[in-house]
Amino acid sequence: MDESRPIFVQIAEGIENDILAGTLAEETQVPSTNEFAAFYRINPATAGKGVNLLVESGILYKKRGIGMFVAEGARDRLMAGRRETFQSEYVRPLVAEAAKLGITSAQLTDMITREGAE
Amino acid sequence: MSAVVEVEGLSKRFGQLTAVDDATFSIEENRIYGLLGRNGAGKTTVMQLLTGQDFLSEGSIRVFGENPVENARALSRVCFVKESQKYPDDFKPKHVLKSAPWFFPNWDAEFAERLVADFRLPVNRRIKKLSRGQLSAIGVIVGLASRAPLTFFDEPYLGLDAVARQTFYDRLLDDYAEHPRTVVLSTHLIDEVSNLLEHVIVIDEGKIIMDDSADALRGSATTVVGSTAAVEQFTAGREILHADRLGGLSSVTVGRLSPAERQAAAAAGLELAPVSLQQLVVRVTTSDTDWSQES
Repeated sequence: MDESRPIFVQIAEGIENDILAGTLAEETQVPSTNEFAAFYRINPATAGKGVNLLVESGILYKKRGIGMFVAEGARDRLMAGRRETFQSEYVRPLVAEAAKLGITSAQLTDMITREGAE
Repeated sequence: MSAVVEVEGLSKRFGQLTAVDDATFSIEENRIYGLLGRNGAGKTTVMQLLTGQDFLSEGSIRVFGENPVENARALSRVCFVKESQKYPDDFKPKHVLKSAPWFFPNWDAEFAERLVADFRLPVNRRIKKLSRGQLSAIGVIVGLASRAPLTFFDEPYLGLDAVARQTFYDRLLDDYAEHPRTVVLSTHLIDEVSNLLEHVIVIDEGKIIMDDSADALRGSATTVVGSTAAVEQFTAGREILHADRLGGLSSVTVGRLSPAERQAAAAAGLELAPVSLQQLVVRVTTSDTDWSQES
């Protein structure tokens, strides 16, 4: 757990990552709030807040009396969202660090191509 | 949510010493609270007052809507696990566990038995012969198995080893999930419990200096590290909770930073480090800053 950000946000991100990676398939049940709490050793209310964040954004939905499920199309929507922030969260710091080290943009492009080829 | 404890303008004086100084707070139902502070800050006194074991000097206390002093109805719903609980001389742990149901209507004997096994508590040994950790285990077992709607743990794990403490946290979370109730944990091991807490109350020199949800406190302070000139420029005009200097390097703890401020700091070549709840409590209880004005 990262100390600087609310735990419930990190729980929500963890579930999102599992959906993106395919570990949690669409229309499958996600662990209960209490299971998350026990696994991460956190307060159940905090785990519940994380799950609710995803319910509000329509990534998860509730089946009454059964539990939480991954919504249809959740993976595509998460991908679209993450792509939008990819530039600011990954590319910008990468370019800034490269500039600090005197790496030209041609060298940087080359590195990315080589990394992708492996 | 309804409050199970309501405290207003509470003060407690022992002669010249003001142990609790005009404290006002409430404790909501079915949450896990952390009551944090330094030695002698007034934590135990507050819990003694809330459980009717001492008389207040000023103010008012309502526990389940009633005055707790000599009030069997309110107190039957309360369990107070003390740091140094005294037992009759010839008592063995099994006697404690046997008499517990007389005081706690929700007592779960089967759960207590499982906890005895978890903590490897020798139930037939005389309590006088037990180690400090085993003595603490009795308190922890009573606190958990009593399932009281309002349970206070006052520094419950003196002498408990790391395995036993983790067992305590795990059983507490499990059982709390199945049987929601209000738990107040008073401890110095803040890092160990910070993720279990939903709400945090910090008391210092008898005054409540912080009363906020654990989520709000998380990230409410950041340490800025970098060259002294850059740090000074960035932190100018901000309230500084703590400052350290090493040669040309400075490390300064300030309040919450917005995403834009974080980017500005990064652009200025400054490192930002999160401040854990434990560090935050250390900062606010060692400085003169009146943190309560902040949030």
